[in-house]
Amino acid sequence: MSAQMILIVRALGRLCIDSVSALGRLVLFAMAALSHVFRPPFYRREFFIALLNVGYLSLPVVGLTALFTGAALALQIYSGGSRFNAPEVVPQIVAIGMVRELGPVLVGLMIAARVTSSIAAEMATMKVTEQIDALVTLSTAPMKYLVMPRVLAGLMAGPGLVAVADSIGIFGGFIVATQTLHFNPATYLLNTINFLTSADILSSMAKGMAFGFIATLMGCYYGLNSGRGAQGVGAATKASVQAAAVLILAANFALTAVFFTA
Amino acid sequence: MIAFENIYKAFGLNHVLRGVNLTVGRGESMVIIGGSGTGKSVLIKTVLGLVEPDNGRILVDGQDVTQVKRDAFLSRFGMLFQGGALFDSMPVWQNVAFRLQRGALKRPLAEAREIAIEKLRRVGLAPEVADRFPAELSGGMQKRVSLARAIAAEPEIIFFDEPTTGLDPIMSGVINELIREIVVEMGVTAMTITHDLSSVDTIADKVAMLHRGTIQWCGSRADLAQSGDPYVEQFVNGRADGPIETLR
Repeated sequence: MSAQMILIVRALGRLCIDSVSALGRLVLFAMAALSHVFRPPFYRREFFIALLNVGYLSLPVVGLTALFTGAALALQIYSGGSRFNAPEVVPQIVAIGMVRELGPVLVGLMIAARVTSSIAAEMATMKVTEQIDALVTLSTAPMKYLVMPRVLAGLMAGPGLVAVADSIGIFGGFIVATQTLHFNPATYLLNTINFLTSADILSSMAKGMAFGFIATLMGCYYGLNSGRGAQGVGAATKASVQAAAVLILAANFALTAVFFTA
Repeated sequence: MIAFENIYKAFGLNHVLRGVNLTVGRGESMVIIGGSGTGKSVLIKTVLGLVEPDNGRILVDGQDVTQVKRDAFLSRFGMLFQGGALFDSMPVWQNVAFRLQRGALKRPLAEAREIAIEKLRRVGLAPEVADRFPAELSGGMQKRVSLARAIAAEPEIIFFDEPTTGLDPIMSGVINELIREIVVEMGVTAMTITHDLSSVDTIADKVAMLHRGTIQWCGSRADLAQSGDPYVEQFVNGRADGPIETLR
């Protein structure tokens, strides 16, 4: 084997080992965070602040994004459906598109942009300014005090945000369909309600929970493992949002396969 | 008593501690001096478990620090961090009373606040400061709040990491005096990391110099000026020429 070939194999091997060990660290971090959900002490105040930040304060951006997406979806389906003489499928496709895919994914990406970045920046700054070390010296585990409340808030707020996004997205489609495409409002709503199944809604909530977990976990993981100085904070914030977005889309595919491939 | 026995620590290829042996007696105020990046802060962080040594062991009152129950062990310590390390999401009084609001030392809210205000008064801050946020305070006031937090739970051992860094000479003097008063008054064991020789004069009972990862010299404050050690003499006199290599 030539020296060049050995170098290539070595680089590939190094890449594999680094990737697997990074994944291992992340899985261990996630398991440690989840294990604290069941072990006292519980920091209720920190949890409610996190819930407010992840859930309630994300409502405006999630609502607006879902509204415009639902409205655009209605226009696209009407236009596309007209090509094969089926423009009446708008309510059904808007409903299924929002509930199964767009609602959860939009929520995931919006909280990755809004919450993951802020958690990562906050924790990285705390690390750089020795606030994490100070917590430890004050007999408080950062995993329990900082990570667990945020991850739990992500798990709980995710489904709620998805329910809001689904409803507002469908409402956006309804407004466009009834006001500009001349659909009958009662028929539109009836078609929407009759078409959705409990499996659609269950998958939507499950995705919301998974994406909330991923978004908050990535913020905590990259924040607590940030490098030094302002550059370290910036790098941790960027990496956390990238990782959260990619993992959310990958998890979306995996969950879609689980729920709808049978 | 704190005993460091043959402590080694490396970060990658950077060998920071290369066999540190040092003993700090009970009730003693030990000041560690040495150039920047010589591992002074790393040394005290090994005691608290913030940094894990690669080799060697640390005994506190004869107990290996890796074998103790963490919560009870850490409740014996207070620490003043170099930059204050105050939690900027909470007001000053909650920073000071942090340890008194959770865990084994938890007190009722009103009592915790009262203790916080008493400790703030002890470090020369008015009770009105209690409801302000750290970002609203000057550097000197932040150091005082950090000092109040370090003493809030009446620890037996206090670490001071660069207590006067970033402060003007007058404020440095005030903080040094305050540390001395508190150490004497509470009868605690203290370890201070500094390159500020005025801190050494005010705070130290004993002085140790860390150089190239080992204790270069250790003795009483009175002996520092006549140590006879060329490294210590160069450092104390602030000379560029001498056995300590400097970047120019």
